Amino acid sequence: MDGLVPMVRLSPALLLVIALGGFVGGLARYWLSGVVGRAVGETFPWGTMAVNVSGALCIGVLAALLPPGDGQGLTVSLWAALVVGVLGSYTTVSSFSLQTLALLREGERRRAAANVILSVALCLGAAALGYASAGALTGGVA
Amino acid sequence: MTSRSGRIYLAVALGSALGAVTRHLVSVVALVSLGPAFAWGTLSANVLGSWLIGLYAALTEPDGRLMARPATRQFVLGGFCGGFTTFSIFSLETLLLFGEGRSGVALLYVAVSLAAWLVAVWAGHATGMRLNRLRRSDP
Repeated sequence: MDGLVPMVRLSPALLLVIALGGFVGGLARYWLSGVVGRAVGETFPWGTMAVNVSGALCIGVLAALLPPGDGQGLTVSLWAALVVGVLGSYTTVSSFSLQTLALLREGERRRAAANVILSVALCLGAAALGYASAGALTGGVA
Repeated sequence: MTSRSGRIYLAVALGSALGAVTRHLVSVVALVSLGPAFAWGTLSANVLGSWLIGLYAALTEPDGRLMARPATRQFVLGGFCGGFTTFSIFSLETLLLFGEGRSGVALLYVAVSLAAWLVAVWAGHATGMRLNRLRRSDP
């Protein structure tokens, strides 16, 4: 985890930037999960899955483009806005947890297990894919 | 967009902004107090956010103890809890642990996170349901 330490800074300007990013990320999440949920139905939480997997892909790309170890002022500000703010807020664990619990309470054990396994596998895969492809494009940070 | 759905979008966005700032503060506190070896900040935020969404969702169910307007409800559920918790930073931290050659810690992070998130949302929901029933059994 040492790699992310230079990015965890505290200043009023950074908190403002994180709030703005969080505002945008939350809007995008609410919009996309609603669109996906209405398109494919609500029997399985595809909306939250779509948000989390696309957010994981983007965070992989940004981790390759904005090397967290760099610690430069501009990198730290962009990281706060885009990663901690936008993507941090765009993706969600709380909805994932609540929807998994709802499936379990409805007796849908297999769907609950599928939601957990697919979410973790696809998000980790997407983050790795984003990191590797952005790294390859920019000359091999990965 | 109707003004009602506009209010809900605004509530989600404002709650998410507050959630993101709170998550960052939790990360800073965790880093200062527990050190950088493990992602304590993200783990704490995701567990607390899962507990809170379970509790608040149960309390504001149609026959729950709390009456909440749709915008107020979404400020907490889709807004604060959604912005406070994060699947993408969890994924990145796991990837970085693998990258540092700490595969065992990475697998432990995933397993502990999943278990703790689900226990937390269950515990929050169970507490909310218990509070809902307390009211009904009142004379």
